[in-house]
Amino acid sequence: MSDLLRDAVLMIAVAALLVAVTVALVKATELIPRRFRESATAAIFLFPAIIAVVGGLLIPALRTIFLSLYDDTGTSFVGLDNYAEIATNNNKRLSVLNSFLWVGVGSVLTLAIGLSVARFADGMKRESAIKSAIFLPGAISLVGAGVIWSFVYAGPPIDIGLLNSVTDVIPGLPASVGGDGDRLWLLERGFGGADPPSAAPGFNSLLLIVIFVWTQAGLAMVLLSAAIKGVPRELIEAARVDGASERQVFWRIVVPAVRPTIAAVLTLTTVAGLKAFDIVSVTTGGNFGTSTIANEFFVTRFVQGRNGLGSALAVLIFALVVPVVLLNQRQERTHQVETGR
Amino acid sequence: MRRTTLWSREKRSAGTAAAARLTSPAGRLIVLSLAVLWTVPTFGVFVSSFRPEADVKGTGWWTWFLDPNLTLDNYRRVLSSSPGEDNMLFFVANSFRITIPSVFFSIVIAAFASYALTWMRFRGRDWIFVGIVALLMVPLQMALIPMLQVFTGGAHIGSVRIIPDLDLTGTMPGIWIAHTAFGLPICIYILRSFMTTLPGDIVEAARIDGANHLAIFWRIILPLSAPAIASLGIFQFMWIWNDYLVALIFVGRENAPVTAQLATVTGTRGQSWHLLTAAGMVSMILPIAVFLGLQRYFVRGLLAGSVKG
Repeated sequence: MSDLLRDAVLMIAVAALLVAVTVALVKATELIPRRFRESATAAIFLFPAIIAVVGGLLIPALRTIFLSLYDDTGTSFVGLDNYAEIATNNNKRLSVLNSFLWVGVGSVLTLAIGLSVARFADGMKRESAIKSAIFLPGAISLVGAGVIWSFVYAGPPIDIGLLNSVTDVIPGLPASVGGDGDRLWLLERGFGGADPPSAAPGFNSLLLIVIFVWTQAGLAMVLLSAAIKGVPRELIEAARVDGASERQVFWRIVVPAVRPTIAAVLTLTTVAGLKAFDIVSVTTGGNFGTSTIANEFFVTRFVQGRNGLGSALAVLIFALVVPVVLLNQRQERTHQVETGR
Repeated sequence: MRRTTLWSREKRSAGTAAAARLTSPAGRLIVLSLAVLWTVPTFGVFVSSFRPEADVKGTGWWTWFLDPNLTLDNYRRVLSSSPGEDNMLFFVANSFRITIPSVFFSIVIAAFASYALTWMRFRGRDWIFVGIVALLMVPLQMALIPMLQVFTGGAHIGSVRIIPDLDLTGTMPGIWIAHTAFGLPICIYILRSFMTTLPGDIVEAARIDGANHLAIFWRIILPLSAPAIASLGIFQFMWIWNDYLVALIFVGRENAPVTAQLATVTGTRGQSWHLLTAAGMVSMILPIAVFLGLQRYFVRGLLAGSVKG
């Protein structure tokens, strides 16, 4: 309790100081010539924000790029060696492939589910209850999501796992897909007799991606259903009058009209997928071939203490995020030009 | 007052019923099964958290309906502060200590900046805004390592010390700074987007009446921005409350938030794994309550802030 109180006092003191300094400085601008006053006031208003983003994001990001070109002690320049290690080290390469799987499967599945709910739930009985149910996982932490799904995927010695209980009662299911009801879902990489080579993502990675989709689908649904509601009614009515079926209206009118939102959803899930850390860390810790770039970043830097290689992994995440975001922006602009909206 | 599409998308219901006037039985089936599938995992943990230890370990939660035993023992244990117990309440308090100041600072600082970027005329204004928005793309992983180095050892160029060793690692101010810095681009983006929709005439009139920027900011723009600030506040609150990575790096065990404690417990509970159900529910109860109670604001903030990096 005393900690809470101390922090509250500290917070209020800092905020009061910030406001007091701002007020005093703005008052002081009355002493300088009128034509400089506006710029000076703007500088005062912007100062804390600029310090925070330059000092807390821009410079650190540049320094991470710099560190990624040095060895782990940060003393000798090694060029692209750290990146070469990511490409050649089996674990690191597998984590990159896993991340691609997260992005590819994760974003497409999220989009498909978000779009289905956005399309079909409208006008259904208990529409808002259904939407809340889909969205709820998006409100809880990824750590919490990992814990919840650990109970679904649990295997021996814990024998109350939901998935095992389901596959157990399905008659005729071969043991290779969990038919005997005691599969270790998050540990076993093979599935249905197919055994992926150790350099390739395993089936257990797909199960982790399911958790990810579970947390992301609500956001996709909210964005898509807002966009669908924004499609001009005249367009849809006109298509109906012309004899288009509901399915045609959806695929030919609604989907093209919400294309920017579809792209935004894909972009958001791609970026989120590239940063996937919490789910992996809390379920498998990146073991059993399930590591992702973001998990590898954490382990490499904060468990193994390797600055150079860790920085290179961070830069890799950044390098993969940027083109996706820029591509999304470009297509949004083209769409605006095309539709005049 | 006219609002932008950004904030009122959900209200513009031109194509609402039109898009899917008649949901086919197949569509209805898909949606219903998705809703069930999406609910079952959480519901299972919820039910399990109220079952006696022997029941949780012996039978699946779905058998509870046949054999309904209820107990609060799991909660009593995870909330207990006795040695060896999870002490979740302590970590919930830590989450508040981390989240509230971080949200508060990022919004106060963003409000000042957004005002300047919207209502003041000065050279380079648009460039500064574009620069800040561009930083949305920077994943926070890019900033973690150098920031931690500064917190533990200060910073110097050559031999000149430019930032002293503040020894912020593991402290609350350290993580407040981190969360504030990481959250500012999105806060500024959202608040500025909102402020540009406010009518400029009011500001002009106030200027003519001799009000200075501070007065306009405080008396006019802030009150008018209240809905945007509320949505943004909820959005930031949820984001920081649910954060794990930043907390893992910037605060130690003493100050760990509830997410970090849940992750720790997950890895170390061993024989008492049944307690994870209650620990998990304790860590989620607040976000779930906020979501259910303030859904409208939350969704609005989400629509505006979904670009968070």
